[in-house]
Amino acid sequence: MRHLVSTRELTRDEAIGILDVAEDMAGVAHREMKKLPTLRGKTVVNLFFEDSTRTRMSFEAAAKRLSADVINFSAKGSSVSKGESLKDTAQTLAAMGADGVVIRHSASGAPQTLARSGWIDAGVVSAGDGTHEHPTQALLDAFTMRRRVHGAAARGKGLDGLTVTIVGDILHSRVARSNLWLLTTLGASVRFVAPASLVPIGVESWPVEIGYDLDAAIEDGPDVVMMLRVQAERMHAAFFPNAREYAREWGLDDERAARLPAGTIVMHPGPMNRGLEISAAAADSPRSTVLEQVTNGVAVRMAVLYLVLSGEREVRS
Amino acid sequence: MTILVKAATLPDGTRTDMLVRDGVIAELGSLLSSPVEHVIDADGLQALPGLVDLHTHLREPGSEQSETVLTGTRAAAIGGFTAVFAMANTHPVADTAGVVEQVHSLGVEHGYATVRPIGAVTVGLEGRQLAEIGAMARSRAGVTVFSDDGKCVSDALLMRRALEYVKGFGGVIAQHAQEPRLTENATMNESALSSELGLVGWPAMAEEAIIARDLLLAQHVGARIHICHVSTAGSVELIRWFKTRGVQVTAEVTPHHLLLTDQLVSGYDTRYKVNPPLRSDDDVQALRSGVADGTIDIVATDHAPHPAEAKECAWDEAAFGMVGLESALPVVQSSLVDTGLLDWSDVARVLSSAPARIGRLSGYDSPFSPGSAAEFTLYDPKASRVFDASDLRGKSVNTPYLGRNLPGRVVATVHQGYPTVLDGELVDVERVAASAAATRGR
Repeated sequence: MRHLVSTRELTRDEAIGILDVAEDMAGVAHREMKKLPTLRGKTVVNLFFEDSTRTRMSFEAAAKRLSADVINFSAKGSSVSKGESLKDTAQTLAAMGADGVVIRHSASGAPQTLARSGWIDAGVVSAGDGTHEHPTQALLDAFTMRRRVHGAAARGKGLDGLTVTIVGDILHSRVARSNLWLLTTLGASVRFVAPASLVPIGVESWPVEIGYDLDAAIEDGPDVVMMLRVQAERMHAAFFPNAREYAREWGLDDERAARLPAGTIVMHPGPMNRGLEISAAAADSPRSTVLEQVTNGVAVRMAVLYLVLSGEREVRS
Repeated sequence: MTILVKAATLPDGTRTDMLVRDGVIAELGSLLSSPVEHVIDADGLQALPGLVDLHTHLREPGSEQSETVLTGTRAAAIGGFTAVFAMANTHPVADTAGVVEQVHSLGVEHGYATVRPIGAVTVGLEGRQLAEIGAMARSRAGVTVFSDDGKCVSDALLMRRALEYVKGFGGVIAQHAQEPRLTENATMNESALSSELGLVGWPAMAEEAIIARDLLLAQHVGARIHICHVSTAGSVELIRWFKTRGVQVTAEVTPHHLLLTDQLVSGYDTRYKVNPPLRSDDDVQALRSGVADGTIDIVATDHAPHPAEAKECAWDEAAFGMVGLESALPVVQSSLVDTGLLDWSDVARVLSSAPARIGRLSGYDSPFSPGSAAEFTLYDPKASRVFDASDLRGKSVNTPYLGRNLPGRVVATVHQGYPTVLDGELVDVERVAASAAATRGR
C-alpha cells in the first residue's frame, strides 16, 4: 500500500487484509514486551494542522510499538501559523528524510494533495481531512464490529449482513463518510439518521438509507448504533435549534438504549458529549465499545503504518 | 503602415484579399501585390473581427506578480483579442477616475489591445456606497461598464439604485450573481460529489436567486443589466424568460463553463477551482444551447491569473480562477463550432460585435467593410495541439487545459492597422509600442 487517504478506494480484499494484519498487531498489546522491531530506523512524522490529541497519541503509540522514530509536528505556534504553505512544510519534511507522514488537516483533500504533489516521497496516511474522510477511524470501527461479531474467528471475514445505524451530524462528519464506504465494501448495510438539515445534498446516490427518526431506527433493531459527536457551533449556524431539542430527538438516552436488542452494540468515535448525543449510562454500558475502539485504534494504525512503510517504495524517476 | 492579407476567408464564408492602410481596411477583393510592409498569406485561414473580451482581470495596479496590463494584453493578442475590458478588483480598486485613467493609458502606451477599464459599482467593492460612477464615465478612460465582479452587489436596494444611476451615463451594471449567505466558504458546485469530497457546496440556485431578483429590478426601473459568467441551466432559463418579456438583459458565459464539468474536481486539482464553479454536464449542455439560441449574448474569458503559490496548496486554501485569453477561441471552436452549434459568423458575433456593443466600444459594428477599423485576427481552425504552458503568454500558468487537445491556432492579429501577432508569435514589445505611438500621431 503506497498511501492511505480514503476508504472509498479500498477493495474488499484490501480492507480485510488490513483488518487481518491489525489482528496480529492487537496480539502485541498483550505481551510483556509491547514492541516489534518492524519499522526500526524509519521516521514517521505526525503532521497535525488541526488539534487532535487522541488521534495523534494513537498514531504515536502505534508507530512506537513498531519501533519507528516519531516526530510530532503541530501547526499551532509553528511556522505554519506564520503562513508557511503545505508545500514548504512537506518539502522540509522530505529534506529531513521522513518515511511516512500522518496528516491531519482542516482542508478536505489535503492528504490527496500531499500524496500526489511530488513534494515529498513519503507514504501518506490520512488522520482526518476536513469533512472528507477519516480512514483509520473507519478501519478501527470495522475492526471493533468484526471482533464483536466473530470473536477469535474474525480473520478473513467481512461484515456481511450487518446493519449499522449512524446517528448525528452526517453533513460535517468525515467519520460517517469513511464508515459508509468501508462498511458497504465489507458487506454491511448502513443507515444514516440525522436532522434533515445535517444530511448532505445528493446522498440519494450513495449506498445508504436515510432516516430522520431515531425511534423508528431503534425499532428496527440494528446490530450497531454509532453516535457521532455534535459540535456546539452547529446550532449557532441554524442547523438545529438548541442542545435540548437535539438530545430529545437524536440523543441516545437511557430509555432509547433500553429498547435496543440485547446484542446491539453502541459505538462512538469520541470525544463524547455525555448528555447530548449519548447518555452516561449508554456510554458506560456493556454494549458500549467506546474503550475497545480506542484500544483497537492503536492496532489498526500499527497495521496501516506497517503496510504503508514496509512495502516496496516506488523508485522515483 | 500597410498590410496585404491574401485569400482570407471572412466569417460569412467569402474569400478575399484585404489591404490595410492607415488603420482601416482600405480595399477588399482581388488585389494585386503592391509595395506593402507586410504580406500575410491567409489561404485556408479564417478571418475574424478583433475579439473583444468583456471580462478580463489584468491585476494591475496591485498584483503585478500575477499579471500586468502589458502581459495581459500580450496574452490577449496571441488569443486573437484586440480589446479587453479590465475588471475593477485591483489594489487599489478601480473606483475612482484616477485608477481607471492609469489602466487605460497603460493599454494605449503598450499597444497590444484596447484596454477599457471597468469601474467598481461600490467604493472598495464593499457593497455599501456607490463609487463615483459619473467621474469614471466622464474620465479619459470613458468607463461604460461597472461591476463589483468577484463580489455580488447583494443588497437589493443598492443594486436598484446602481441600475438607475448608471442609466444617466449610458452605462451598464455587470453583476456577479452570487447570493453571499448561501455560498459562505463554498468552493465547488453543490452536488453528490461535493458531499463526497467534503467540500462546501456552491448551489446553482444561489446564482439563479440573484439573477431572478436583478432581472425583476432591471424590469422595474427600465435599466440595462449584464450578467457575468452565467453557469447554470436554471440561469439560462430565467434569462430566456425575461428576454421574452422585453427586459434589457445581456449575458455572458466563459469558455471553461462551456467545456469542463465539476467531475474534474474529484482529485482536488486546484487548477479546476473557479468562481462560479464548474457545474454539471446538464448545465454545460444548457449553456451551449443558450449561446446557440441567442439567450446568452457573448462568451467572455474571466481571465484570472494567479501566481503558482496560490494554486500549489490544499483545495480550500487555493485561489479561485483560471487564465483564459490564450485558450478562449480554441475552446469556443471545440465546444460550439465543432459541435455544429455556431458558424464562424456567430463566433464573430459572440466574441466581437456583441461584447463591443454591450461595452459601447466603437469600431466593431461593421467589420471587414471598406473604411472599417483594421481590428481582426487570422485563425487556422484546422490546426490542433496538445495545450501546453508554452502556449501561454501572460504571467501566470493557472490554466485547466494543460495536456488537453485543443483545436485551432491564431496566426496573426492586427490592431489599429498594425500587427500584434505574426506567424503565430507576438510581435515584440518595442515594435508594437512604436506602431501604437505612430497611430497616435495620425
